[in-house]
Amino acid sequence: MSVETLEYTAKDFSSDQEVKWCPGCGDYAILKAVQKAMPLIGRKKEDIVFVSGIGCSSRFPYYMDTYGFHSIHGRAPAIATGVKLANPNLSVWQITGDGDALAIGGNHFIHLIRRNVSINVLLFNNRIYGLTKGQFSPTTNLGQSTKSSPQGTIDNPFNPGELVLGANGHFFARATDTNAKALTAILVEAEKHQGASIVEILQNCVIFNKDIFSNYTAKDVKLDNQLHVEHGQPMIFGSNSDKGLKLNGFKLEIVTIGEDGITEDDILVHDAHEEDSTLHNMLVKLQMPVVTGIIRSFQEDSFEIRMKKQVEEVEKNSPFKSVNDLLESGETWEIK
Amino acid sequence: MGTTAINEVDKVVIKFAGDSGDGMQLTGTQFTGTSALLGNDIATFPDYPAEIRAPQGTVAGVSGFQVHIGQAHIHTPGDNPDVLVAMNAAALKANLRDVAKGKTIIVDTDNFKRKDWEKAGFAEDPLSSGELREYHVIEAPMTALTKTALEGLGLDNKSIVRSKNMFALGMVYWMFSRPLEYTERFLKGKFGKKPEVLAGNIKALKAGFNYADTIEAFSSASAVLPADMAPGLYKNVMGNEATAWGFLAAAEKSGKELFLGSYPITPATDILQELAKHRHFGAKVFQAEDEIAGITSAIGAAFAGDLAITTTSGPGLALKGEALGLAVMTELPLVVVDVQRGGPSTGLPTKTEQSDLMQALYGRNGESPVVVVAAKSPADCFSMAFRAAKIALEHMTPVLLLTDGYVANGSQPWKIQHTEDLDDITPHEADKSMQNWQPYERDTASLARYWAYPGQEGYEHRIGGLEKDELTGNVSYTPENHEKMTHVREEKVQRVANYIPELEVDGAQEGDLLVVGWGGTYGSLLTAINQCAAQNKKVGLAHFSYIKPLPKNTAEVFGKYKKILVAELNQGQLVKYLRGELPQFTYQQFNKTQGLPFRVVELAHAINKTLEEK
Ligand SMILES: Cc1ncc(C[n+]2csc(CCOP(=O)(O)OP(=O)(O)O)c2C)c(N)n1
Ligand code: SF4
Ligand SMILES: [Mg+2]
Repeated sequence: MSVETLEYTAKDFSSDQEVKWCPGCGDYAILKAVQKAMPLIGRKKEDIVFVSGIGCSSRFPYYMDTYGFHSIHGRAPAIATGVKLANPNLSVWQITGDGDALAIGGNHFIHLIRRNVSINVLLFNNRIYGLTKGQFSPTTNLGQSTKSSPQGTIDNPFNPGELVLGANGHFFARATDTNAKALTAILVEAEKHQGASIVEILQNCVIFNKDIFSNYTAKDVKLDNQLHVEHGQPMIFGSNSDKGLKLNGFKLEIVTIGEDGITEDDILVHDAHEEDSTLHNMLVKLQMPVVTGIIRSFQEDSFEIRMKKQVEEVEKNSPFKSVNDLLESGETWEIK
Repeated sequence: MGTTAINEVDKVVIKFAGDSGDGMQLTGTQFTGTSALLGNDIATFPDYPAEIRAPQGTVAGVSGFQVHIGQAHIHTPGDNPDVLVAMNAAALKANLRDVAKGKTIIVDTDNFKRKDWEKAGFAEDPLSSGELREYHVIEAPMTALTKTALEGLGLDNKSIVRSKNMFALGMVYWMFSRPLEYTERFLKGKFGKKPEVLAGNIKALKAGFNYADTIEAFSSASAVLPADMAPGLYKNVMGNEATAWGFLAAAEKSGKELFLGSYPITPATDILQELAKHRHFGAKVFQAEDEIAGITSAIGAAFAGDLAITTTSGPGLALKGEALGLAVMTELPLVVVDVQRGGPSTGLPTKTEQSDLMQALYGRNGESPVVVVAAKSPADCFSMAFRAAKIALEHMTPVLLLTDGYVANGSQPWKIQHTEDLDDITPHEADKSMQNWQPYERDTASLARYWAYPGQEGYEHRIGGLEKDELTGNVSYTPENHEKMTHVREEKVQRVANYIPELEVDGAQEGDLLVVGWGGTYGSLLTAINQCAAQNKKVGLAHFSYIKPLPKNTAEVFGKYKKILVAELNQGQLVKYLRGELPQFTYQQFNKTQGLPFRVVELAHAINKTLEEK
């Protein structure tokens, strides 16, 4: 199939394997959104690779009719890095859970971001360990009682976005499993972005952490409790589209347009491309409303591009054209 | 060269020892390089402290470099130095017990003041106490003489004192009739941008040479003539360097791009560093955030079609265990190098040992077979790295290559093998002629599955760590399938035996005793066996390069001897494996765990004892 004639539909990306998540699990909606995004990224099927760790979410690659690697717990960032460096032409996607990415794989996660390898990371955050049946994770709310914290957790949770920005992340977006359309659009942008693109997806585990995000995602509250940001647009939200963000000193303030002399012109305009991440960090930390959309997208040369440039540069200047040249280099002597 | 009579000897062992800041490693490698160019056979052994700068003047801070040069074939760096160069009292203290009476000791008397010998742990001044009465001691105030020689060059005191290693080297060059050109050339390359430092070093080198000539103190002044070696082009190689080159050669021969994922660890780091120099071959060298990322990035690269390598030492191999199991399950080509060191835990980071064999064979969850091979000398690292890559690519299996600190840091002359002289490597890939390719479909002879990777149209597939269906590779929990796959994975590794060389024996081809070894102890064992042959003893040496699977003729070879003695630098790991694999034989064992290589004398002793026992 040549690129010009790429006419995939979402169905072309569905594998022959039976999907085995619990009925009602948020992962289904995410799978759909990803399959919808694939025909939009303009890549040939054979050039797409999904790499995952271990967890309910990490079963994902089996359901995609692309290349896929379901690996071991926490290590997918390093495996994906190897895939990308082996063949930088590939479109590489990492699927991970909040335990997989932030507990056992925390080290690999931050280093993938620090290096800025062009990999799209979909972090399925259900704030619980699903596969092992309900222990708390590094994102579980403080005090929540789970199977392994019957008296409530005493661990402070991570906010994944803060971790991404703290590791000098260049692309961070947040989405929900209830808004497939927004998610699909974000995925297309994540693929376009050169460098590591991290997409946190708030995902409902209906069995072990049911409705943990319903305060953000339920039909009746979502407009008031979610702020969906778009680059270049004023950060306005609310069922009447009259609430917005304004900077007050070093803090973000929620204001209402039409009250206290506030007009739309007073509302902050979102700049995802700004190199300084201070404001992005404030957006990431905001609890009510929760911010969704592409919060940060700042581009510079990615790791694999730098590696390629370096190899080309060294190749150009090296006296060695073959391994024999190397083997014969240095001090040698002939025995007759 | 004065009028001193030159006494020709066929081999000599020299040890340069000093404080870790004294530049002894450099001094030793220079002497090695010069001697190699003269056509001597050589073996070297650097011996340095784990701490970069342990307290100055203490035994803990002593760094040494032993070199064995000869006219005859040399297989080890030698048991005992014929000449010890001790740059301070601590260096003397640390090495004196290895020097036999009557041998030569050169000391820098400027570092034998009271505080020096006290710090080194001598109760009295060793130069005057009579302790060295039976040695041939050459006392030279090297520091002071270097200072005088370098006066007026405008160098600061620190740089002047640092040059004293060149003074010592100059003395030893004179002593063994070595030319200075090789080192002069080296110094010009190293200090070309610092003309004063260059002048200082060359001056110190010549001053040492001339001083030795002037004092004519050397009754043992010797010329070691060139060795009788097979014709060809040679160079001196270190084990780690040779390992790196073996992989580069394998990448070129297989038409694959090389990927290395690695995390620095002594004594394996040099492989990473050597490959990092060779980006011009397209080598993708990735310094990972830890050993787990080292191996998993390599697994990712293997999944995507590269020749993938990861390098480490024992503690790192422990971390890689789970991921190595993933490579076993996904049946991807991968080479893992473990440059062994003393353990457990951090153990003896800079010392050698062969104690990771069990970890290599069994250190994973589940039934998790991998091919295990070992390099027997610095130069053999090239061949075994190449072979490990060939097996991995042709049999679709992880291969674990064991070297050790002794082989990795040691050096020897290597007859350069050109890539056209090496075997071809044909990666076991799926091709268009295959109808309905399935991820776990196998070659009926080798049982290797066919490699297909991202970028190839029509082969899109999913693999992972869950048990696989024997054909489709889809997840399968069927009891019968799991048992079948368990057998297939083992059998695939066993069938590698059909493609590797048979076991060869050095020394007696049958007889009273078969000495068995593996890996880096080859030189010591061979030297011991050659001594037995000279004494008409019927002793053979079977040295394993391929451990899992064992060469097909192993039992046949073992059956030709009355006794079997397995000698290892551990508490008996190969011997345990052999007892399991070939239980029909009775094995005796000789083990050492001191962080040091075998001495030929101790081997000879063990062999004789075994021969004498009823
Ligand atoms: C080395 C290792 N340790 C522990 C486990 C057990 N384990 C499997 S998945 C998991 C947690 C998964 O949680 P998360 O990453 O949030 O994924 P989810 O199931 O919620 O999608 C754990 C602890 C394992 N498979 N491997
Ligand atoms: S346990 Fe939770 S996360 Fe896992 S499949 Fe079921 S609902 Fe989904
Ligand atoms: Mg989870």
